[in-house]
Amino acid sequence: MQLEKFYYDNKIVRDFALASIFWGVIGMLVGVIIALQLYIPELSFNTPWLTYGRIRPLHTNAVIFAFVGNAIFAGVYYSLQRLLKARMFSDGLSKFNFWGWQAIIVAAAITLPLGYTSSKEYAELEWPIDIAIAVVWVAFGWNMFGTILKRRERHLYVAIWFYIATFVTVAVLHIFNNIELPVHMLKSYSVYAGVQDALVQWWYGHNAVAFFLTTPVLGLMYYFIPKIANRPVYSYRLSIIHFWALIFIYIWAGPHHLLYTALPDWAQSLGTVFSVMLIAPSWGGMINGLLTLRGAWDKVREDVILKFFVVAVTAYGMSTFEGPMLSLKNVNAIAHYTDWIPAHVHIGTLGWNGFLIFGMFYWLIPRIFRTELYSMKMANTHFWIGTLGILFWALPMYWAGFTQSLMWKEFNADGTLVYGNFLETVTQIVPMYITRSIGGTLYLVGMIMLIINIWKTVKRGNLLANEEAEAAALTKTYKSHGGEHWHRPLERKPVTFMILTIVVILIGGVIEIVPTIMIKSNIPTIEDVKPYTALELEGRDLYIKEGCNSCHSQMIRPFRSETERYGEYSKAGEFVYDHPFLWGSKRTGPDLHREGGKYPHSWHYFHMYDPRTMSPGSLMPRYPWLLKNPLNTAHTKAKLKVMQKLGVPYTDYYVDNSLDYLNKQAEGIAAELNLDPNIDVTADKEIIALIAYLQRLGTDIKGNNTVDLGPEEDLTMLNQ
Amino acid sequence: MLKFIKGHMAGLDNVELYPLIAMLLFISIFLGWTIYALRSNKAHINHMSELPLEDQPKQ
Repeated sequence: MQLEKFYYDNKIVRDFALASIFWGVIGMLVGVIIALQLYIPELSFNTPWLTYGRIRPLHTNAVIFAFVGNAIFAGVYYSLQRLLKARMFSDGLSKFNFWGWQAIIVAAAITLPLGYTSSKEYAELEWPIDIAIAVVWVAFGWNMFGTILKRRERHLYVAIWFYIATFVTVAVLHIFNNIELPVHMLKSYSVYAGVQDALVQWWYGHNAVAFFLTTPVLGLMYYFIPKIANRPVYSYRLSIIHFWALIFIYIWAGPHHLLYTALPDWAQSLGTVFSVMLIAPSWGGMINGLLTLRGAWDKVREDVILKFFVVAVTAYGMSTFEGPMLSLKNVNAIAHYTDWIPAHVHIGTLGWNGFLIFGMFYWLIPRIFRTELYSMKMANTHFWIGTLGILFWALPMYWAGFTQSLMWKEFNADGTLVYGNFLETVTQIVPMYITRSIGGTLYLVGMIMLIINIWKTVKRGNLLANEEAEAAALTKTYKSHGGEHWHRPLERKPVTFMILTIVVILIGGVIEIVPTIMIKSNIPTIEDVKPYTALELEGRDLYIKEGCNSCHSQMIRPFRSETERYGEYSKAGEFVYDHPFLWGSKRTGPDLHREGGKYPHSWHYFHMYDPRTMSPGSLMPRYPWLLKNPLNTAHTKAKLKVMQKLGVPYTDYYVDNSLDYLNKQAEGIAAELNLDPNIDVTADKEIIALIAYLQRLGTDIKGNNTVDLGPEEDLTMLNQ
Repeated sequence: MLKFIKGHMAGLDNVELYPLIAMLLFISIFLGWTIYALRSNKAHINHMSELPLEDQPKQ
């Protein structure tokens, strides 16, 4: 048979790998900074773009999409070409994928600290960047499918199945979770509201973990472990079952992020059942990875790269056992909103993602630079310091989670809370926050060692940009050997395969989400719940801009320990005008859903100026600029118009006269504030809008709703 | 905007069949692949699992 000569593109692999390392160290550095801020709040330097609420999303986006994202591209571009015996379909698309992705990261690094955010976790970026992500992602998919179509190996190895599922599912998730109506270039509102928005968000959020941090990395595991250990995967049959079971079950599990919330019960139960089922395929994958090294354990002792892989796969096994356990409602009741969740997440990210990527880079970079790794010893030190870093990160956070949760739920004999002041439960865990930041720093030091090691390796080698290879072309018509199994053709047909994958993942999403959107009885409406006033809406947008939802939930669960502390538990019907929802996922500070009317306006004024004047020992950053900056009302009318389009019943009269209403309400709040001799504030400041919003929170169902949204009759007409 | 979509969807008949269909699809696809994985012949499985090890194809 005629052999064709072709060249693997190693340059694109190098580019993605170096970008991953570059962004990785920045993302981890920001992680250490926010860890320090949690016990040294002064580290925000009273600067808006350095506050926790704004740079926490920067950290998560940087490590997920920039560090892991670029590493995935590096690994996929390396393995795909070799598994298919073909150069990437188009060098132009490869370059577009690379530079487009870096441009998106730069855009994120600029907009997030400036407060341009949609508030949805791991999907914070505003709509123009969302569109750019979709375009670059499609270019990646196009390039991948082009390569698959011109391949010289007929059958698609299981790693490629994982890549295809990743491409398809991330595209679907990204598009559906980011459907939003723009107000202007950097502001938009989610088309979904309240419970529906929460369900779509966590369907996305959970599957971002599943299909961005798990499936592509599993694909890399299935390629690189056999490659590095130089032996085939333990069981290829198991990998087939692993793949289908994993993608099918994962897509259903999202609602476990919303247990005991106002999400309909049936959806919560569905999430729990599928989460528990997930143990089977996840552990199938872990076992398959580890057992590939059977008979080669002596190598693991010698070879630092295999050590990284073994810890990565073990961490995958631990966090995929923990995940289903956290999805049990009784465990979730303790763990949710506490530091247990970040601990769980970081076993996955630092252990599974980080270590697998480090191992991959230590193996791959010397190879494409035609040299040996500069120092195995340094890599070994990196391994140990990184492992210690993970332990110092996670263990104190488990401890903090348990401690705080038990304190939240502890009652006196007379039925009152032992720790009625939330702050007591925070100061208790500060030592654990300190230890965690040490863990993070250790991990970062390991990363810096990797940079030095890789830098020296790159310096002494030289890149083999185009690696020569030879393979026979595929014959156009494939003659079946006869008697082959009926599924076999599927492994040869990537397009059919992709469609089947789409069907499989859509089933879960559609079944879960469509009923919540279409069956009215899922969200009982409450007569007293009215839309936000123009001023409150502006205040809410400031809450979003400052990322308050990074630390404060707005979802009181139906436990006595919570109703005792915060007030009446949250009802689905209270959120019908919340575009987007702001339930939050972590209580570094207390829940705010019933904050309205709890304190006088002046309390909030002083508290935002310096939280420690009102709550000594508080970890919250200061927000002095809110007292100085005038509220921007240039877009108020446009915002209300968008809300109208989304079905929020503002009258045209109210929208047209919104600024008058806004000013009137602001004057009232300013006048009340100025009664305090220590306050001198004008009605046009941002703080006024924020106070208006905070004072409205959760008050509608208390039955004394005096919100002024213009003449009544128009409202009733619109409601019909 | 969304309220119009909602209105039409609420009118769909036999909504309760959706989860049933989903469950059946899930079980059948899962069983299909399991049977496939268990029954496919050894030579093929070996060929597939050797793929990452050969950067150059066997001549």
